[in-house]
Parts: sequence; structure tokens; C-alpha cells
Amino acid sequence: MLGKDKIIFVTKEDHETPSSAELVADDPNDPYEDQGLILPNGDINWNCPCLGGMASGPCGEQFKSAFSCFHYSTEEIKGSDCVDQFRAMQECMQKYPDLYPQEDDDEEKEEQSKDLETTSVEAAVAREEKGSS
Amino acid sequence: MFCCRLAAAAEKLARNLSSLNPRPRGRAAAAVLQCHHLRPPSRSLTSTGVPGKDGNNLVYYLIVGGAVTGAGTYVYKTLKKDKKRFLDRIETIATRSHDVKSSSEGDAVSQSTTAEQGLMTTEQGAPETDPNARPESPSHAPFLLIGGGTAAFAAARSIRARDPGARVLIVSEDPELPYMRPPLSKELWFSEDPNVIETLRFKQWNGKERSIFFQPPSFYVPARDLPYVENGGVAILSGKKVVHMDVRGNVVKLDDGTQISYDKCLIATGGSPRNLPAIERAGKDVQQRLTLFRKIEDFRALEKISREVKSITIIGGGFLGSELACALGRRATELEVIQMFPENGNMGKILPEYLSNWTTDKVKREGVNVMTNAVVKSVSVCGNRLIIKLKDGRKVETDHIVAAVGLEPNVELAKSAGLEVDSDFGGFRVNAELQARSNIWVAGDAACFYDIKLGRRRVEHHDHAVVSGRLAGENMTGAAKPYWHQSMFWSDLGPDVGYEAIGLVDSSLPTVGVFAKATAKDTPKSATEQSGTGIRSESETEAEAPEITISASSPSTPQVPKQGEDYGKGVIFYLRDKVVVGIVLWNIFNRMPIARKIIKDGEEHADLNEVAKLFNIHED
Repeated sequence: MLGKDKIIFVTKEDHETPSSAELVADDPNDPYEDQGLILPNGDINWNCPCLGGMASGPCGEQFKSAFSCFHYSTEEIKGSDCVDQFRAMQECMQKYPDLYPQEDDDEEKEEQSKDLETTSVEAAVAREEKGSS
Repeated sequence: MFCCRLAAAAEKLARNLSSLNPRPRGRAAAAVLQCHHLRPPSRSLTSTGVPGKDGNNLVYYLIVGGAVTGAGTYVYKTLKKDKKRFLDRIETIATRSHDVKSSSEGDAVSQSTTAEQGLMTTEQGAPETDPNARPESPSHAPFLLIGGGTAAFAAARSIRARDPGARVLIVSEDPELPYMRPPLSKELWFSEDPNVIETLRFKQWNGKERSIFFQPPSFYVPARDLPYVENGGVAILSGKKVVHMDVRGNVVKLDDGTQISYDKCLIATGGSPRNLPAIERAGKDVQQRLTLFRKIEDFRALEKISREVKSITIIGGGFLGSELACALGRRATELEVIQMFPENGNMGKILPEYLSNWTTDKVKREGVNVMTNAVVKSVSVCGNRLIIKLKDGRKVETDHIVAAVGLEPNVELAKSAGLEVDSDFGGFRVNAELQARSNIWVAGDAACFYDIKLGRRRVEHHDHAVVSGRLAGENMTGAAKPYWHQSMFWSDLGPDVGYEAIGLVDSSLPTVGVFAKATAKDTPKSATEQSGTGIRSESETEAEAPEITISASSPSTPQVPKQGEDYGKGVIFYLRDKVVVGIVLWNIFNRMPIARKIIKDGEEHADLNEVAKLFNIHED
């Protein structure tokens, strides 16, 4: 088919003006769409690609239990009521070192030197409020 | 505290979620199947330790401490043994599959006996506590996945994430554990590690190394333990083929006679490389010098051959053929690499002609002798060399042939299962929810499915296997969602050609390409640096700017492509009835979400230049 392929060359200036192309507004509650980490109803999306294999591996149940507890925790220090679940998860993960790489000593020292508790919890709270990304 | 550690990890992964879009090549997929983002809590936090040394209650504490230590040691030892037994098990399965394959005649009876004998020998390594009576394969699997490739793995992960304690059994003909294919024709060839054919590790775009295997062996549960392990898991039966499927009875039969019943089944059998009729006719001498490239074993074999022969000819001008040609062309200066195909240029069925021609030029600069418009008439052996005769009279002498002429979907099960096979696209015909029957789904290369936006199609790309596998897994656990998230694909052919694409990318469709006008800055080299493909051709053309033709007419008027233009970077829209159904992002990255959105909208846009503005092609 003759002339079915067309091209346009544009300079940076040509593209400086904002686009007049109209995009359809997205429905945030579209049931077909892939969801982020947190579903519209507030639940955790265990199938989020962002979690990698964490919820599906040998320690998946422990991970889900710990993370759920953390997610729904209303304590002053979020997740402080979930120590048992996290311990269970960590014990499970230590059985599979090539699946769940343990941090090496250098990293540990670096982390301990910062004020872990405050910064991490604040960041986590900020993420939670933001919801899924 | 633990929670803070995990919160740090949670923050990291949430951050990674939002940054999921950069350079999705391999990573939209890799993101599904990697988990390096999430770190478990630090070991230092388990410092509760042994009860304190209080002098008054010393005896008491010693007794308790001794009991705890004893119990701990026992648990530790058992776990170690279990793990070793598990690893031994996986090895045994892998080696036994080779034995069964070489010795059997395909007779079901003799093979089931062999399986039993194999059973006896492997039990020697098992701890005494384990019931020896457990058969190698469970007789029932709640979730049975036929095929052990990308789609099956993605489905397994999806099922496990959504159904707590799910027991998933993968039956795979391939002796290897599930792995990703794209590096077999790209990254693995560029690795500087001399052991790469053993380790199968490659460097990703972000500099981090990973294996092509989705998970190490310890991820999987031994098949015999699947019904008993507490929280379920994913088990693999390697080197076994499902040869019969009874849909009424919900049971399959393997090539060794084993029967496995299921509740839900996924068919993810993928495809087998096609061969040319001319080569099939040619006889054993030619077949011995032929590679049909698809699997790890093919990569290993070809890598070895590439160091031994003087000339390799690749037949096929699509993704696989072109990528292999570039990989081989770049690799060895002493190796002659020829690529031949019927089309006018590389990726002739994907890219519009002007771009395909431009790409062919670039492939040639990778050291490949590209022969276009080449149709093979016959292949024969003369002396120790192969002679390829083309229909137009040309003759090529070479030492080895790699045929990359397409994939035939593996639909042998359709007959016994009574499943429909699509006559237009091949593959099992399934609905928009990837369902063939009420408890049978199909995903990956073998699935001909209904895409609500783009119509019925069959897609043979990696990300599609991931997306469709995930979706099938979701639907097998009750989600009832149609195919909606459009998968993407990508290709890298040397320093000047790296693109990502989405939707229907068919060169027979009318296209509109919007390219950044070449300025003195837009040399191929700068495009390379921007794209960060990591593929550096040694050719000196990087330093020369090619002839640049500046178009005289106004920018927003589409023109006919002219000879000698430079297509450094841009976006190409593929249209069907004035609606954009496919997009190629040419040497620009991090823009797949906007491309996906445009296709999802399915709107008619009067001026595609305005749509192109959304991509900021001049940036980066």
C-alpha cells in the first residue's frame, strides 16, 4: 500500500507547547485494572508485582501474617504488636538463605548508626497515607 | 524493632512501585519475578538470646538452657538435612529425567516400572522419619500447571499469593527449573563471565546481577511432599510430559504412566521452534549442523559451536534471528555471521519499511552479513560444509545454521482434552478470561485469547507470558478478570536500535512516526548513552555523524519517508481504522505507561503529533 507510512520530524521547540490530545479519565475503581500494593478497599494486594515472590514463597504465609498485622496495626509505634509474627517470618526466612538473602554486616552497621525507628516508621506512615502508587 | 525494619522494607518497595516504569525492558517482567527490593528484618534484632546468668538460679537456667540448646540443635540439624535432601531430590529428578528419556521407548508400562525403581534408589537419602511410601508424584494436585515456563511460573506465584496454603504442581518437559528466555539471545551473550554458560547469570539494566532462573531450587517443595507440607507450596515434576488429558474426569496422564487428578488446571505448554521444510527434507547430515534455538541447552550448544566454527548462518529476520545475529556478530571477530530472510529488512513484519531498512543497516554494522529477500530452496552438505541454495540462485557456504523461523504452539493435548484450537493464530482458543473450559485455563505462547481492546490474538512475548500467567492464576483463584493490562515487548539490536513496544505492532498497518529532528547533538553515540543499552559496538561509526537531512516542510504535516533520514529516536503509532492500536517507542524509555494508556483509551486522535507530545521525545 503506497504511502501508508508517514513520518514527522519535530524539534524541541515544535513540542514545547502543551499537547492538545485528550486522554480518557481513569476510573480508580475499575475492577479490571491491575492494582498497586493497597487495594481500593484498603486490603493488601498480595499479588502486587512489587512484592516479588514474598507472598508466594515458602515463607509466604508468615510474611502475609506479619505484614497484615503491621498494615492494620493501630499502635502508637505501628506494628509494635506484631513482634511474634515478624519473628516467625524471620525464622522461616533464615531457613532459605538463597531465597531471602540476609543482610551482610556492613549494611547492618550502617543502618544501626541511623535513628532507624523514627525515620522508618515515619516513612511507612507516609506511604500508608499515600496509598497505592 | 522488627516492624521498623519491615517498614523500611515496605517503604523501599512502595518507592520501587512508583519507579517501576523506567526502562521496563525485561523489568516489567523482572519486577514481577524478582524480589530483591524487600529485605527481611535484620538478624541483629533476634538478640533476646539465652536466659541470663543469674547465679542464684544457675542450675535451673542451665537445665532450661540445655533443653533449649538441644531442641534448637535438633531442629537445626533436621532443617539442614531436609534442605540437603530437597536439593538432592531436585538433582535426582533432573538426572533421572535424562535417564528416562534416553532409555525409554515411550512405552507407558515400562516407564512406570522405571519410575518405581527410581523411587527406590532416591529413598536412600531420605531421613528415617519420612514415610517411604510417598509416591514420587502426588496423585492429586489442587492446582495443576502443565508446562514449566514463564507463564506457568507467573501463575504459580499468583495462585500462591491469593490462595493461602495453595498446593501448586508444575509438570514440565524441560529438565531445568523455570527460567526466563530473553537473556538467552541477548544478555547472556554479552556477559564477560567465562562461566556464564554454567551460571546463567547476567547483568540487568541497573547493574545488578541475577540468574535467569526465576527462583533457586530451595523455593520449590519436593513433589512427593506437596500434599503434606504445612503451608502448601510450588512443586515441580521436571522432565515429564503430559500426554493425555481427560477433561470430564479432571485427570491427566504423564508419559511415564502416572495419573494426576486436579481441581484447576493451567495449560502453559508454550511452543516449539518451527523448521524450514527445505531443511527437514535435507537429511541427517544437515540436521546435525542445525540449531532450533529456544532453550538453555540450545544456548549452551550454540555458544560452544560459535567458538569452534568459522561461519554461522541465521535463517530468520524477526526478533530471535536478529538478536542472535547481533549477539554473534559482536562476539567474535573471527566468526562469519550471515543472516538471511525473505523480508526486505530486519524486523520486516514489525517495523514500517523505512525503519526496517534503517535497522538492517545498523545490524550490518554489528558485523552481520545480512541477505534480504532470501528464500531458502535447499540445503546440502558438501565436504564438511553446508551449502544453502536460495530460490534466486544465490549460494551460501557455511558451517552451522540457526533457524529462527517462528514458533509452533504446542497443542497436542487439544485432541485428548477436546479443546478448541484456533485456525487463524494457532494455539488453544480461550475467552477473554483465558478460560478454555470451566476449570481449564491457558496462558502464554499457547493461548489464543480474546483481547477486549484489540481483538482475538496470540502473543509470543515474555511480558505477555508474565501478564497472562498472572491473570490465569488470578482467575484460577476466583478473580474472573479479563485480559486488560496490555503487555509490552522490547528488543535490542546494537547501540543504535533499542525499542519497546506495545499492542498490535504489525508493519502491514498504516503508521505515523514522529521523530526528533536530528541536530548536531543527536548522534548515534549520544542516543546510545541516553538509552544506556550497555551494548557497545566496537565500530568507529559511533564517532561519525551520519548525513542528516533536515525536513523543509512544517513539522506537523506527515510526510513520506525519504532515503537517508536519520531515525535516532521517536515514537511510531500503528493505526487501525484511525485508532492507535500499537506503539513503538524508538530509542526512548520510561514511557510505556503513557503508551499503554493511549491504547487503552482507543480514541481517534486527529493530530498524532499532539499525541506524540505526551512522550517528550526530546528529553532524556
